[in-house]
Amino acid sequence: MIKGLFKKTKYVTTSVPSQEKAPTPNIPDGMWVKCNSCEQIIYKKDIEENNRLCPNCGFHFRMSAKERIKLIVDEGTFIELDKDLTTLNPLDFPQYEEKIRQQEEKSGIKEAVITGTGRIYGEEAVIAVMDSFFLMGSMGSVVGEKITRAVEEATERRLPLIIFCASGGARMQEGIFSLMQMAKTAGAIARHDEAGLLYISVLTDPTTGGVTASFAMLADIIVAEPGALIGFAGSRVIEQTIKQKLPEGFQRAEFLLEHGFIDMIIRRQDLKKSLGKLLCLHKEVK
Amino acid sequence: MSEVNQNLEQLENKLQALKEFSASHGVDLNKEIKAIEEKIHELKIEAYRNLSPWDKVNLARHSERPTSLDYIDEIFEDFIEFHGDRNFRDDPAIIGGLARIEGKVVTVIGHQKGRNIKENIKRNFGMPHPEGYRKALRLMKQAEKFKRPVICFIDTPGAFCGIGAEERGQGEAIAINLMEMSRLKTPVISIVIGEGGSGGALALGVADKIYMLENSIYSILSPEGFAAILWKDGSRAKEAAQIMKITSEDLKNFEIIDDIIKEPLGGAHKDINEVSKRIKEIIIKDLKELGNLELDQLLNRRYMKFRKMGKYQNN
Repeated sequence: MIKGLFKKTKYVTTSVPSQEKAPTPNIPDGMWVKCNSCEQIIYKKDIEENNRLCPNCGFHFRMSAKERIKLIVDEGTFIELDKDLTTLNPLDFPQYEEKIRQQEEKSGIKEAVITGTGRIYGEEAVIAVMDSFFLMGSMGSVVGEKITRAVEEATERRLPLIIFCASGGARMQEGIFSLMQMAKTAGAIARHDEAGLLYISVLTDPTTGGVTASFAMLADIIVAEPGALIGFAGSRVIEQTIKQKLPEGFQRAEFLLEHGFIDMIIRRQDLKKSLGKLLCLHKEVK
Repeated sequence: MSEVNQNLEQLENKLQALKEFSASHGVDLNKEIKAIEEKIHELKIEAYRNLSPWDKVNLARHSERPTSLDYIDEIFEDFIEFHGDRNFRDDPAIIGGLARIEGKVVTVIGHQKGRNIKENIKRNFGMPHPEGYRKALRLMKQAEKFKRPVICFIDTPGAFCGIGAEERGQGEAIAINLMEMSRLKTPVISIVIGEGGSGGALALGVADKIYMLENSIYSILSPEGFAAILWKDGSRAKEAAQIMKITSEDLKNFEIIDDIIKEPLGGAHKDINEVSKRIKEIIIKDLKELGNLELDQLLNRRYMKFRKMGKYQNN
């Protein structure tokens, strides 16, 4: 009798409806993301509705050019420039055209920058927004040309210029032509500068290589988003060159602020307001 | 290339032996010696006419390849070197100062590689830090003030990648040079004499006239770096060199450079006098031409020169 007390005689079986199984493995791809900073698992929609900020810790996720324009530019005021410039393959680089086509499909844009004019709290400006989802925002001929044309438009129309940088650097597949975009854009910025006009660059994650070494660092006012990777050489290359580990926080926005290379760090939720204010403070007295 | 080189070496050894034999035994072997000399010349022409891009990379990096200071000694008189960026330190990877060419005072600036291991360590293998670019810019602004033309010699694997370089703003230093060179109110001539690596080279390269020595290279990145980025395998550099289009011929075809300066068979180190003479002639000719332009014209031409660079389609 006592012995039987502890003996299981009956097993209960229940069938669990499939969607109620452990939540992680069966969720469709891409609905959840892990925050790079606080490592929390977050519902993707929550990030999208929160300007791609982590609702938990405020980490700034990368943002597409279209999302950025929606966030910053007054609704209905953005007029795109040069949207039909498309990429060629000047070096006959193997599979380059194919790669560009794939990137077009994936990102829904034709190249790694969108340029245009628009208003921020009513203040008109020429605005260029790079997109790191298109071949890591790399600068080839089209990106260089679109930026240059945008800068020239600003100079000609006496408008302030804002460039949102997001780039892994020069586009390898266009070789020397990519390198020369650095000189071309820097030359256009020089003319905008000579005309006494305001240029603000906003460095977002990541801003590196040939973009850092050209227009990104040439602004009158350089702002960055928190935690953005900003530098000239990639960290892997530096580690390989000097054969030592890099310090924590190396090449982050906070590091650049500390070393005197940017004016300020602005959180994304405050960015539009701050840019509006800066534009307003530089209004030309007619 | 290596096979021809082997043949060449064999023939040269044979020639040497014949000459010695002829001298020590008093036998007249002039006919034989002449035949071998001719054969050697033919082989050399064959070897150096068909250099692959990778051969040129190796020539551009050759340990005996003349450096900026070697050319400056040959081309200019009274070179006086100036030092420092007035801010952090003097970067030995970039040299610069005053010199005279045909009586005319110019500012000369160049990347400087070492000519032996010890000097290379001091000069960081010609890879400048930000203060090097800032020194270069200081000297360019000085040239502008005193209305002197600027001559730049480009010879660097690239700007240095390191913690200090990042802390002191490598990207910013290069960017500022690009912008200031684009509007420098004095003629600028740049000559790639060896390696023209990346933004670190371009930071001395926004010029009215740009030349490359025949066996120099000018590229977005070193072939090793290119292979590492695109294929995650730096050892495929040779393959990268093949597709990157980095030779003087490629860049002339692309209209990125104005012209190629020919080198003697085997490379510039075989006859630095001759190469210097050719460079000097070009500088003198260009200084005359550029000196005749109004300042506005000069700056517009420089702007348009870079403005046109890039290949895209306007649909």
